[in-house]
Amino acid sequence: MPVETRAESTQRTTPRPGRSVAAIGVLLAIVAVLWWSVGFLADPAAFDRVVAGLLRFVGADGSAAAIEQRGLTPVSRKLGSAAVALVVGVGGVWALFVAANRAIDATFGLRTREKIRPWLFVGPGIGLIFLYLLLPMLGTIYRSFTDNDGGFTLSHYQFALTDPSMLLAFRNNVLWLVFGTTGSVLIGVGFAALVDRVKREALAKSFIFLPLSISFVGASVIWRFVYAWQPEGQPQTGLINAIITGFGFEPVPILSLSPLNTFALIVVMIWLQTGFAMVIFSAAIKSVPSEVIEAARLDGAGEFVVFLRIILPMIRGTILTVATAIFIAILKVFDIVWVMGRGGNFDTEVVATRMFKEMFQFQNFGRASALAVLLLLVVIPVMVVNIRNMNRQGVGA
Amino acid sequence: MSVTAPSTVEQSAPTQRGAMRAPRRMAWRSRGADGPTREPGQRSLLVRALVVVIVVVWSLPTVGLLISSFRPPGAIATSGWWTVFAHPFEITQWTLDNYIAVLGDRGMFDAFVNSVVIAIPATVIPISLAAFAAYAFAWIDFPGRKPLFALVVGLLVVPLQMTLVPLLELYVRWDLTGTYLGTWLAHTGFGLPMAVFLLYNYIADLPKEILESAYVDGASHFAAFTRLVLPLAAPVLAAFAIFQFLWVWNDFLVAFVFLGTSSDVAVLTAQLQQLVGTRGESWHLLTAGAFVSMVVPLVVFLAMQRHFVRGLLTGGVKG
Repeated sequence: MPVETRAESTQRTTPRPGRSVAAIGVLLAIVAVLWWSVGFLADPAAFDRVVAGLLRFVGADGSAAAIEQRGLTPVSRKLGSAAVALVVGVGGVWALFVAANRAIDATFGLRTREKIRPWLFVGPGIGLIFLYLLLPMLGTIYRSFTDNDGGFTLSHYQFALTDPSMLLAFRNNVLWLVFGTTGSVLIGVGFAALVDRVKREALAKSFIFLPLSISFVGASVIWRFVYAWQPEGQPQTGLINAIITGFGFEPVPILSLSPLNTFALIVVMIWLQTGFAMVIFSAAIKSVPSEVIEAARLDGAGEFVVFLRIILPMIRGTILTVATAIFIAILKVFDIVWVMGRGGNFDTEVVATRMFKEMFQFQNFGRASALAVLLLLVVIPVMVVNIRNMNRQGVGA
Repeated sequence: MSVTAPSTVEQSAPTQRGAMRAPRRMAWRSRGADGPTREPGQRSLLVRALVVVIVVVWSLPTVGLLISSFRPPGAIATSGWWTVFAHPFEITQWTLDNYIAVLGDRGMFDAFVNSVVIAIPATVIPISLAAFAAYAFAWIDFPGRKPLFALVVGLLVVPLQMTLVPLLELYVRWDLTGTYLGTWLAHTGFGLPMAVFLLYNYIADLPKEILESAYVDGASHFAAFTRLVLPLAAPVLAAFAIFQFLWVWNDFLVAFVFLGTSSDVAVLTAQLQQLVGTRGESWHLLTAGAFVSMVVPLVVFLAMQRHFVRGLLTGGVKG
């Protein structure tokens, strides 16, 4: 029976010139429509013209003329082109896949088509990965060794590794990595252990977890408000300074005092990342067999000893995974410093913000590239450990 | 005890969350009942108090923002947000004006629409491409598949910063800066390695028999993929979709570099950052603006927490 079905289906899709032309035509038509719609989306007034054209088509010449003259209201224009963009963006990719698959089926014999098909499947993904990651990466490495006249130079690296402002950025990055990573991991594992033994565990976890869904920019605004400072004598609207003055001390301009400000920014990162650590640790702690814990407890071990000597060693692999993930997120920290430190003012600069400045403000692409390469060099060993670890045991559970 | 533990597992097996928690919870209770415990009441009270303190500390910053966003500008500038608790029901101290101001003149409405237009395709496109690729890597034998897959996984290590300078030059040359398409593709390119890696791990583990019987019945790879693999991979697709969506929605760097801050196209994070730059002390606008930018991720997160957590646990860590 199966053999029959197979023969049947093969026959059904045997190439015939007519069908092949039609299928390729459909594919080309889809490409053309997408091409046209890209231009359409780039032109703010295009949506007005389409609406006017449609209205004319159904005979409402009056309203069409009104739209042509005055244009749509900004809100409806915005929503209209947004709808078009969504249809194009979401539908386009699937239309292309389906049409290309049809075209292959209708054009080639069984052998050839099964040779081509994997490339239809991996081609678009691989192509974009090459275009957006591999080639630019090579380009950045090349630029980092190239001076303005196109010759070979090491001056960008020399600047990156010796300039005092860069040394400050590196110092800040080290502070971020050390305190941000340990802070998130310690609080995460501590809270996971605590919350494991209260009622409404899920609810408590949600509160710690919630910041994970907030953008770094949003979090920066939230915490700028917490750190807000008013001169002494005026009412403090920032929570921290209100507490400080409440105890009778002078208010502290937290975000403009170095190195205090860097630590203040690190706190934001810990606030954001702890939820991630906590969730994974919590699952890991639950997967520690309760017989082991039971046995230790029967032997008279206290709760803290059980946690320290049994639970912690058993989730060591998970701690490593989480720590490396947070380490990498922190290494690339940009948004928080950019928004809260106003682009790295008051000595809050880190490597990623400096790179951005070199690129956009100073147009010094060689230096920016060298800084990016340095980031990559630090990321590689950490990521290798991380991927190995993920492959070996799966994260968490 | 060894008798009760397995039975609880069986009972709670149908719900994933129950399965995660229940066995230990039961074990814990019985420990309290017959183990050699010392003052269990006091101890758990201390634990509970600690948990409550941490939860409160963690929530205060967001609560302060939320409360302030509903207070009139004058009140925000002259008194702390906690003073509202003195008489919370005095209706005159609450206002929606900040939201009206920020959504109107301050461009947050347009930015909100732009964020939607960026985030949805920038989630669907990479997940579709990655699913096709992951299927081919897992179930079709073609020359070069192993080295290609290794390359994709290897590119997980590349920080975004590594690509910005050459890509920006390319975008300027091709006139892609400030376009939706350019930003969708950028997010797609950056998200793909992780997406392929995660989806591959799941799709390659699907039972061989199911797919083989489909092939024997004459299903093409395309049919097997769309009718069989996609539905079976729904949980991991959902988990990754939530990640990618939140990542794109919350992204500032990619949007800032490739899309820019002109009001036609700027997304919420870029608009909010502009607001901090230009109206850094206008807290009535900043608090409302920040909350507008947060509301979608918060809803997505609260509605789909379970998928989100499952995604985290299967390694959905953005590189």
